[in-house]
Amino acid sequence: MQEVGIVSFAQSNAERERRNEVEILLPVAKEAVEASGMKRQEIGFTCSGSSDFLQGQAFAFVMALDAVGAWPPVVESHVEMDGAFALYEAWVKIQTGEVDSALVYSFGKTSPGDIAEVLALQLDPYCVTQLWPDADSVAALQARLFMERAGVDERALAEVAVRSRRSAADNPNAIVKGESDVDTLLAEPCRTSPLRAHDCPANGDGATAMVIATAERARALCDRPVWIRGFEHRIDPPALGVRDLTRAPSAQTAARAAGAHDDKLDFAELDAPYTHQELILRESMELSDDLEVNPSGGSLCTRVLFSCGLNRVGDAAQRIAAGAGDRALAHTTQGHCLQQNLVVVLEGE
Amino acid sequence: MSDAPEPIKSIITPVHLEYDFTAGAAATMFLRGLARRKIIGARSRPGEPVMVPPRGADPRTAELTPEAVEVSDHGTVVSYSIVRVPSDNIPFELPYVCINVLLDGAGLAFFHVLQECPLEEVRLGMRVKAHWAPDDQLDTSVTSIEYFEPLDEPDVPFEEIREHT
Repeated sequence: MQEVGIVSFAQSNAERERRNEVEILLPVAKEAVEASGMKRQEIGFTCSGSSDFLQGQAFAFVMALDAVGAWPPVVESHVEMDGAFALYEAWVKIQTGEVDSALVYSFGKTSPGDIAEVLALQLDPYCVTQLWPDADSVAALQARLFMERAGVDERALAEVAVRSRRSAADNPNAIVKGESDVDTLLAEPCRTSPLRAHDCPANGDGATAMVIATAERARALCDRPVWIRGFEHRIDPPALGVRDLTRAPSAQTAARAAGAHDDKLDFAELDAPYTHQELILRESMELSDDLEVNPSGGSLCTRVLFSCGLNRVGDAAQRIAAGAGDRALAHTTQGHCLQQNLVVVLEGE
Repeated sequence: MSDAPEPIKSIITPVHLEYDFTAGAAATMFLRGLARRKIIGARSRPGEPVMVPPRGADPRTAELTPEAVEVSDHGTVVSYSIVRVPSDNIPFELPYVCINVLLDGAGLAFFHVLQECPLEEVRLGMRVKAHWAPDDQLDTSVTSIEYFEPLDEPDVPFEEIREHT
């Protein structure tokens, strides 16, 4: 197995952007490339994650290449997935020995369309999408089932929101942050029962970029590269009726396969856009109750679709690089109700 | 088997989604220019190619293109195709010619339609100019240019436009 290190990382998140996707992405990609110490043309592979459905424009992802400079021609690929899955493809590309470095980027704007309806297109097109269930309501079905099965109440969900917002207080990238208290949050009306606004993600517009490299290259480029020690993704069936929505078996399998529990974890960055999903993930991934989760505030406080998963990896890597922990789990989800799950185990030296 | 019901061969599942398009800084300049009969491109700095239409970046260098540059509404045909396929969206009579036109001052070819020119006379290097919509139909849209039409000027030699063909 080729050791791969995270060399640099940059992100931009805002509640609403007046810039277009290329204008948002360009400075972020530039920052990551410059921080890597490599010239753009030296980087062996470019891989991106985004969805044209957010823009409502076919092949919008190709136009984004303007932001990374595809001349002279670059070796490039794209996944219609979060940037964390593009990171996986780049990591595999390095494993093949074809390249020794890669630029990974992602971008997403949730503001142009009705995001709850856009996400309904991820559901079964014949029997479900036609009913246009909005994404928050689908998550609410899962929340209700989980609360019944696990015996947790709305207060436990609100506590996740209070803790996340407090953790996000010092995060300049967070959209929702600061002190709040459970009773005040619970006094608010439900958005889609049992979920209130604080249980649902703070959507935004933004972009993310990361440079990774082989161990040899990474050591030459930076003082404290953060190593990718395990990297796995698994999926559960997409149909909402065929699986137990209160559990995320694919998250459990991915965490085990990635070796998350081979050694002590110092913290975890989980892509849990809804409060109850953090609780499901903690349980499914067998994380200890005292493990610090989402010191960044997580995707609940800042969700730029198709970037927030890569942000979990990047936030975790930056925290390790800063010396605030040695070993961490970073997670990304895709689809409805935690259907697809990706786990990265990161370690410093 | 003969009692089996007819299989359902298709269902119709309409999808209607609305988006607020964010033009961004560069395309906003361009679209506002069209409403004033001006074609405004952008470049990263003096001496660099002018992108028309601009999308915010120079794709060769990955630099932002903050500098607005007005280019001419006259240009040179660098590629063309004769369209014989009908479409509800197309107001032109078939067959018609769509062109890539390199506007004078621009570093990037611009897509539009050529009219008032017999099909057999269209050629690479021919000079054309924009035919603008009447005042009351000008808008922040490429339809402010109704079409391009031939200009009575000598052709540009192929060597001079080779890199854009």
